[in-house]
Amino acid sequence: MSAPIVTPVPAAAFDVEAVRAQFPVLAQQIRGKHLVYLDSGASAQKPEVVVQAVADCYRGYYSNIHRGVHALSERSTTAFERAREQVARFVNAPSPREIVFLRSTTEAINLVANSFLEPQLGPDDEILVTEMEHHSNIVPWQLVADRYGAKVVAAPVTDRGELDLDGLTRLISGRTKLVAVTHVSNVLGTINPIADIVRLAHAQGVPVLVDGAQGVPHLAVDVQALGCDFYAFSAHKVYGPSGVGALWARAELLAAMPPYQGGGGMIRRVSFSGTTFADPPERFEAGTPDVAGVIGFGAAVEWTRALGLDAIAAHEHELTQYAMARLADIPGLRLIGTAADKAGVVSFVMDGVHPHDIGTILDGEGVAVRVGHHCAQPLMERFAVPATARASFGVYNTSADVDALAAALDKVRHWFG
Amino acid sequence: MSDLRELYQEVILDHNKRPRNFRVIDPASHHAEGFNPLCGDRLTVFIDVADGVIRDLAFQGQGCAISTASASLMTEALKGRPVAEVEPLFAKFHDLVTTDGPTPPGLGKLGVLAGVREFPSRVKCATLAWHALKAALDHRSAPVATE
Repeated sequence: MSAPIVTPVPAAAFDVEAVRAQFPVLAQQIRGKHLVYLDSGASAQKPEVVVQAVADCYRGYYSNIHRGVHALSERSTTAFERAREQVARFVNAPSPREIVFLRSTTEAINLVANSFLEPQLGPDDEILVTEMEHHSNIVPWQLVADRYGAKVVAAPVTDRGELDLDGLTRLISGRTKLVAVTHVSNVLGTINPIADIVRLAHAQGVPVLVDGAQGVPHLAVDVQALGCDFYAFSAHKVYGPSGVGALWARAELLAAMPPYQGGGGMIRRVSFSGTTFADPPERFEAGTPDVAGVIGFGAAVEWTRALGLDAIAAHEHELTQYAMARLADIPGLRLIGTAADKAGVVSFVMDGVHPHDIGTILDGEGVAVRVGHHCAQPLMERFAVPATARASFGVYNTSADVDALAAALDKVRHWFG
Repeated sequence: MSDLRELYQEVILDHNKRPRNFRVIDPASHHAEGFNPLCGDRLTVFIDVADGVIRDLAFQGQGCAISTASASLMTEALKGRPVAEVEPLFAKFHDLVTTDGPTPPGLGKLGVLAGVREFPSRVKCATLAWHALKAALDHRSAPVATE
C-alpha cells in the first residue's frame, strides 16, 4: 500500500462545514442552545476518523506490543510503530526513532528535566524560561533546580504579549544550561520566533526545548527548520486522544540520556547484578503504553496533515482577527495578548465582571470557554489580572461561533452593567 | 436560562457590586485568608470576638460574584451572633448549596444562594468565605484553599 498523496488545500477551499460534520460531539445542544465550542486550547474535540481508529484497534486487533509472537501482538506492534512514523512525519523529524511516546507534553518536559538536565546541573546554574510559560514548562525545571541549588529565570514579555528578545538575550549566560520556551502561548496566542531564539541560544552553546502543546494544532511544525533540540507535544490538542504525548529529540541527545522511569519494555537485559537498557526511544517508554491512544494519535496527525496545516492556520488566523475586532467593540472589555503574530487564542477581561462569572453566563448560552489562570499564574501576575476568560479556536470553528460569543458577552455586560 | 437567573439573583448582583462589610478590622481577634486556586479568588476574613460573640465581621479581597456576594451576606448574617452559631449555620448553608430539596429553615437572606446547587463547579466559590471564617476561628494561619 502506498502512502496517500497529500496536497495542501488553499485557504479559500477550506470547507468548515465539511470539517464540522466529522465531529459528532459538536452536534448537540447545551442548556437548549447550540454548542459553541471555543475551548480547543484546553483540549480539542475528536474527528470520527480518530474515534474509529481507537475503536478499530480495540475491536479488531488489540494486544500488548513488542511482547508477543502471536498475530494480534504483531498487528498492534505494527500499528503502534506506524503511528511513530506518522508522528515523526508530522513534525518533520529526521527519524521515527527520535519520537518517544509519553503521556503528555508535561511528561515529555519532566523526562528532559530528569534525564537530560539533571545529570549536568550544578549550583547557580540557570534554566531560562519566559514569563508566558504554562506551569508545565516551569515546575519540572524548578523541581530539579531545587535539588542542585540551580534556579529558573524568566525572560520578560512586553505589554502586547510578545517575547522581549533583547531581554531574553541578556539573560543567556555561561550559567544557562537550557532555554525552555513555548511555541505558542496558551493564554496570549503569541507565536514565538523559535528559529531566532534557537540561533541566539545556540550561539552561546545552550540547547533549546520547545513546548509545542499549542504549536502543533495551529502551525506546520518542522523541527529541523526550527533548529531546536527538543520539541514536546500532546495528542489531545491536535484532535487525538487524551493521555498521549510525544517528545522529539535529536538522536544523539537521546542516545546520551539515561532512563527516566524503569520498568518493562525499556530494558535489554535484567539481572540482580545489573541491568542494561534498550536504545531510544524504547529506553524512555517503560511500561505498557496507551496502545490504542498512540494509534489514535497517528490517525489524528494524518487527518490534520491531510487537511493542511497552512489551510488550518489561515482559517484560524481569519477567525482570530475577526474575534479580536468583534470583542474590541464591547464596552469595558480588554484583550490580553495583542501580538502581531498570533495563533487561535483570544484572552480577555471585562470591567467589573470576574472571568468565572463570564464563563458561567456564556455556558448558559451554550458557549464553552475557559476561565481562570490557565496554568500560567506568573503571566497573570505580569498582566496584573487574577484570571482571564479565553476563547480558543479549532478547525471546526466558524465566524458564527464568534458572533455567538459576542452576543453572549453582550448579555454578560447587560447583567453586570 | 432560569437556572442562570436563579444563580445571579438581583440580591447577589447587588452584593457583588456593593459588598457589605468590605473592609479591614484592625485589630481583629481572628483573621484568615481563603484562596480558590481554580479561579484565583482570594479573600481575607476579619473577626472581632468578645465574650463568645462576634462583635464585628468583615472581609476584603477579590473574587467572582458568587464568592463576593456570599462573603458579604455571611458577614451580615453573623455579625452580633454567638460564635457557637457559626458551625450549625455553615452546615445548613452547605446543605443549601449542595443538596436538592427545600431550603433549610433559619438561613434568612443566605437562601438567595440556593441557585448554586445547579452549578457544582461554583460551590467552592459560595463556601470560600465560610472556610476562611472557620480557619480564622480555629486560629489557622496558613491560607485555606478550597482545592
